[in-house]
Amino acid sequence: MTAMSFARSGVRVVFTVALTFLGLLLVTFLIGRVVPIDPVLAAVGDRAPAEVYERVRLELGLDKPLWEQFWIYLTKVLTGDFGSSVLTSNKVIDDIFRVFPATLELATVATLIGVSVGIPAGVIAAVNQGKWQDQVVRVLGLVGYSIPVFWLGLMGLLLFYAKLGLVAGPGRQGVAFEDLIEPITGVVLLDSAIQGEWEVFRDAFSHVILPAAVLGYFSLAYISRMTRSFMIEQLRQEYIVTARVKGLSERRVVWRHALGNVLVPLLTVIALSYANLLEGSVLTETVFAWPGLGQYITNSLLSADMNAVLGGTIMVGVIFIGINMLTDVLYRLVDPRAK
Amino acid sequence: MSAASVTTQGWRAWLLAPEPKSRAQAKLGQAYLGWLAFRRNPLAMVGLGIILALLAVAALAPWIAPASPIAQDLSLRLLEPDATHWFGTDELGRDIFSRIVWGARITLTIVALVVVIVAPVGLVVGTAAGYFGGWFDAVLMRVTDVFLAFPRLILALAFVAALGPGIENAVIAIALTAWPPYARIARAETLTIRNADFIAAARMTGAGPMRILVGHVMPLCLSSLIVRVTLDMAGIIIIAAGLGFLGLGAQPPSPEWGAMIASGRRFLLDQWWVATIPGLAICTVSLGFNLLGDGLRDVLDPKQQ
Repeated sequence: MTAMSFARSGVRVVFTVALTFLGLLLVTFLIGRVVPIDPVLAAVGDRAPAEVYERVRLELGLDKPLWEQFWIYLTKVLTGDFGSSVLTSNKVIDDIFRVFPATLELATVATLIGVSVGIPAGVIAAVNQGKWQDQVVRVLGLVGYSIPVFWLGLMGLLLFYAKLGLVAGPGRQGVAFEDLIEPITGVVLLDSAIQGEWEVFRDAFSHVILPAAVLGYFSLAYISRMTRSFMIEQLRQEYIVTARVKGLSERRVVWRHALGNVLVPLLTVIALSYANLLEGSVLTETVFAWPGLGQYITNSLLSADMNAVLGGTIMVGVIFIGINMLTDVLYRLVDPRAK
Repeated sequence: MSAASVTTQGWRAWLLAPEPKSRAQAKLGQAYLGWLAFRRNPLAMVGLGIILALLAVAALAPWIAPASPIAQDLSLRLLEPDATHWFGTDELGRDIFSRIVWGARITLTIVALVVVIVAPVGLVVGTAAGYFGGWFDAVLMRVTDVFLAFPRLILALAFVAALGPGIENAVIAIALTAWPPYARIARAETLTIRNADFIAAARMTGAGPMRILVGHVMPLCLSSLIVRVTLDMAGIIIIAAGLGFLGLGAQPPSPEWGAMIASGRRFLLDQWWVATIPGLAICTVSLGFNLLGDGLRDVLDPKQQ
C-alpha cells in the first residue's frame, strides 16, 4: 500500500468515525427529548417561582427549534459539557473521569484472563479437532453465550467468597485499605505497585480477581472460539506441511508458525472483546458494588438522573468507536494485505 | 403393524423422490432432508428438546404449576426445596417452582414480541438497501453503524430510562437495539442475489422491484435470517433478564426470571435457592436456543461454519 492510499483510507476512517459519532449524539439527544422528565424542573426544583423557571428554560434553549437545540447540545458535548448530575451534584464529566479508572482496571484484568486462557484453549481445540478437548472448549463457549453475567457473578460470590473464603467480597478495596495510597493513575493495582504498598496491592487484587474472572469468562468464550477457527484455517496451509517436512517439532509448528500467523486477526478479536466487556461491566459492577462507569450508569438510571445516564452512554459509545477505529488502523499497519 | 410401516415407507419414498411431481412435494422433500441432517446432531436435538419443553411448560402453565405464582403465604417464607416445594419458596412464601413455570410465559412473550418486530424490519430495510444501492444504501448502513456503535445492553438501558420501566418498554428498547444485525445480514444476502441471472430474467419479464424483492429476494434471505434469529434469542433472553435484574423490565409481583434473581440476591448467602434457580432456568433456555441455532446453521446455512 502506498503512502498516498494509506492517507486516503485514513481520511475515510476519520470521516466514517465522525459521522458515526454524530449519529450517536443524535440518538442520545433524541432520547433526552422523549424523557417524560421536565429538564427545567430537574434543574430548578419544583418550588422555583415562575420567572426563574422561564429564565432557566430560555438558558437551556428549550424555546428554540429542535435542530438548533441539537446544535447547542452538540457544541456543549464536544467541549465536554454533559451538564450536572442531580444525584451527585457534580459535573457529569468529572464524575465519569473519577469512576472510569475502576472500570478500566476491571476490564483490563478480565481481558488478561480471557487472553491467557482463551488463546491456548482455542489452539488446543483446533489441534484436537473433534476430540474431547475440542468438545470441552465448544461447550465452555456455548455456556458462555448462555449465562447471564450477573447470575454468574452471584454464584461466584456464593461459592468463592461465602463458602470457600478464597477471595474478598463486593467492593473495590477493604475498608481498612481505603485512601492509604496516593491516587496517581486511579487504578489501585498500578498505584499500589508503583508505591510499593504490597499490602494494599494484595487487598485490591483479592477484590478484583472474582469480578474480573466472571467478566473474563465471557471474553474467554469468544476468544477461544475465534482462535480455534483461525487456527484450523492456518493448519491447513501448505507452509505448515513444509514446516513439518523440515522436521520441526509439532510444538514449534503449532505454537510458533501457525499461532504466529493468527495473532494479527486475533488482535482485532481481543480489542472487540475488550469493548464488549464494557457491556458486561454494567451488570458485573452492580453485582460486585464495583465503583466504576457501569455502576455509575445504573445508579443514575434508578434515580432518573438523565444527564448522567446519557453522559455515561456517550462515554461508552466513544470508547467503543475508539477501540474499533484503533484496531482498524492497527490492522492496516500490521498486515500489509489488508486494504 | 405392517400396514403402518407401509404407509410410513410410502411417505418416505414420496418425500425422497428424486423427481418430485409438484412444488409442494419438492419443498416438503427438501425440509425432510434438512430434518434428517438436523437429527444426526445430538446437541441440536437436545436444544430442540429444551425449546419444545419450554413451549409446553408455557402453554400448560396453569396445569403444571402446583400453586399460584403470586399468592403469598408468609408462614411458608424461604423454605428449602423439598417434596412439596420442589424449588423451595421465596421471601413472601411463594412457591418458586410455580413462579418459574409461569415465568416461562413471560420469557417466551418477550422473545416472540422482539422477534416479530425486529426480523421483518431488518428484512425489509436490508433487502431494500442491498437491492437499490446508492445513497439509500449508504444512509441505511450509516444508521446501522450508529446503532452497532453502542453495546446493546447500554443502549437498551438508555431507552428504558427514557421510556420508563415495564415489560412493554423493555421489549421496545430491546427491539430498537436488535434490528441492525438483521438488516446487515439481509443486505449482504441481497447483494449476492441481486446480480443473479434469474433476477435479470424476472426483470426482463416485466417484474417490478416490489415483486422481485418480495417474491424472489426475500425468500432467499430467510434461511440465514432464521439462523440468526434463533441464535439471537439467547441474547434477547439474557438482555431481558438483565433489565429485569436492574428492576427496569417486568415489575413485581410478575414472576420474571431476572427480577426473581434480583429479589433473591438479598438472601443469597443463607437461602441460596431463591436466586440460583431462576438463573438456572435462564441458562437452560438460552443454552437451548444456542444449541438449536447451531444445529440449524449447519443445516440451513452450511457456508457459514
